[in-house]
Amino acid sequence: MRRIGIDVGGTNTDAVLLDGDTVVHAVKTPTTADVTTGITTALRELLAAVAPAGPIDAVMIGTTHFTNAVVQRRDLTRVAAVRIGLPASASLPPFVDWPEDLAALVRGEVVMLEGGHEYDGRPIVPFDKTGMRDAARRIRAAGIASVAIASVFSPLNAECETRAAAILRQECPDAAVTLSHELGRIGLLERENATLLNAALVGLARQTTNAFTEALEASGLAAPLYLTQNDGTVMLAATAQAFPVYSFASGPTNSMRGAAFLSGLSDAIVIDVGGTTTDIGSLRRGFPREANNVVDVGGVRTLFRMPDLLSLGLGGGSLVGDDPLRVGPRSVGYRLVDESRVFGGEPA
Amino acid sequence: MAPLRPVSAEEIESLAIGAWILGTGGGGSPYLALLNMRALYRQGAVVSLIDPLDLADDDLVAVVSNMGAPLVGQERLTDPRTIARAVTMMEEYLGRRFRAIMSLEIGGGNAIQPFMAAATLDRPVVDADCMGRAFPEAQMTSFAIHDLCMYPLMLVDVRDNAVVVARAASWKWMERLSRTACVAVGSIAATCKAPRTGKEVRECGILYSTSKAIRLGQTVQAARRAHRDPIEAIIEAERGQLLFTGKIADVARRATEGFMRGTARVDGLGDCRGQRFALAFQNEFAVGWLDGAPRVMTPDLICVMDTVSGEAIGTETLRYGQRVSVVVLPAPPILLTPKGLEHVGPRAFGYDLEFKSVFA
Repeated sequence: MRRIGIDVGGTNTDAVLLDGDTVVHAVKTPTTADVTTGITTALRELLAAVAPAGPIDAVMIGTTHFTNAVVQRRDLTRVAAVRIGLPASASLPPFVDWPEDLAALVRGEVVMLEGGHEYDGRPIVPFDKTGMRDAARRIRAAGIASVAIASVFSPLNAECETRAAAILRQECPDAAVTLSHELGRIGLLERENATLLNAALVGLARQTTNAFTEALEASGLAAPLYLTQNDGTVMLAATAQAFPVYSFASGPTNSMRGAAFLSGLSDAIVIDVGGTTTDIGSLRRGFPREANNVVDVGGVRTLFRMPDLLSLGLGGGSLVGDDPLRVGPRSVGYRLVDESRVFGGEPA
Repeated sequence: MAPLRPVSAEEIESLAIGAWILGTGGGGSPYLALLNMRALYRQGAVVSLIDPLDLADDDLVAVVSNMGAPLVGQERLTDPRTIARAVTMMEEYLGRRFRAIMSLEIGGGNAIQPFMAAATLDRPVVDADCMGRAFPEAQMTSFAIHDLCMYPLMLVDVRDNAVVVARAASWKWMERLSRTACVAVGSIAATCKAPRTGKEVRECGILYSTSKAIRLGQTVQAARRAHRDPIEAIIEAERGQLLFTGKIADVARRATEGFMRGTARVDGLGDCRGQRFALAFQNEFAVGWLDGAPRVMTPDLICVMDTVSGEAIGTETLRYGQRVSVVVLPAPPILLTPKGLEHVGPRAFGYDLEFKSVFA
């Protein structure tokens, strides 16, 4: 089994060829603005160093792109939020507990409709399908490309969410749709938040996974492409495209799994000092220990399974501002060797 | 008569922190109620506290709570209009106007429910409750201990459903009848309990528990700001005791008969290394054992908190690996009387233990 593992950080792109449990070769190149060039360069250097490479069985990529987008408030898609559950929960609309700066970037239409279910599966009130059709037309007219749908008790009965999605597919066939029951568990606000974050990242996810695929093709690799997930396992790139939040923490997870592999330790604290963030996590039996409870992502409260990480917006490429005096969280990222002063860059 | 005291937005934040600690593991997280209060205050609402001693004998006071399964409350989010409607429908039923609104229990999210109703209806909140903490059942109140009348009760949901329990033969019957209605509307409902007179509140309520919860929250916040140990600050301010410090090693939980029952084991750290603490709960923590011997029991307030942040941990959010401190705070005196212990002592929770207070 010969596998290539690639970690696309905000600063560097690392690529490693593994033959079984043996590291055959490793290369490091700066991440590029288009991502693809960096990966292509890394793959070219890697494959050249081990030529003839022979067949590759799989390529796994981990990236901090998604978490950086939220933390740094960039590359986010505007989202239409559809909440189904009126007359319940009316006083706490979607985005209610988001940091205002992030909400201002992501919040497009906010639609609240009658429907949803009780804990025992009975409908709260009938689903307002006419309201959903009107909303879908408004969403199309507003030019919003990503929609997040959350219905009360959808983890127990997802009917309202799937009916709403069907109406959206008719009225706005090009919009990406994220359904909350596919992402989360009980806890409407936290599940809806995860859904909104996912919807805000689908544009970036599509762009990023397409770039990965192109880089593989350009390197002549036909192996299946996987992205690492928050829990340290992997998923196919097509799944990652629909559910970027599942690979939200794939950067730190990659380094934690790598640390377990290289050190031979299965229980340890891992500190990953990257270019943009420093992530501290805990390994249990070789996998990241998960936070079971509320997880705060860029100031947004969610409940999805994530490694129990302490993430500081502080890394090798952190920007230092003097008015007010602050370090990070913005980073020069992949422009490290051009812009950081230690490499001769100018003050920002 | 003393003027009403306006409660600031910052004090509401403190109330949420303090009430979660006084919830002794139950009462549900105040987070969603707090979000509602932030929205109401942004719209210009300011709720005032009224001193219970300023209530006239025949003033009528609404006792409110959000009733049901905390799990359902995580999906059908609490709304100020619902709790306000329970109050106004009770007024229509009685044909009388409430002078003020008070909390059934100061522990957990229900500490904030009267504020949500008060902000909507422009009434003051009484600085009192009838548990001084949180308890799982209707007969576990100071009003029940004093054998006050348990009816009528108004229960409303978010649709246009409302149920009046006009009479009940006992507090336990009131619990059974209202619980049945609550389940029928989806196991979450806003309730306005049996109305109380100003005299009853003064004589039978747990007075000044709202300001106590606010103060407790402020203590935690001040300690955090000063990078002091919040647990130490709580113990000092409330004359509590630190019983144990450790790490959660095991949690067993089950939902039975509408309650969250279970046990948790804490393995000692620091000074407690080598020792074990066991906790049993029915929504709230009921009994704690140190190395197998009973160490603390209800109605003393058994509070489990995050050792670093001082944030309360609910029985539904206990998890393996959490570093926790077990702290005991004194219970209101009424709960410690023989009659009080019949209602809320260890035997009321099925533990055949003679009550012995940590503070005795």
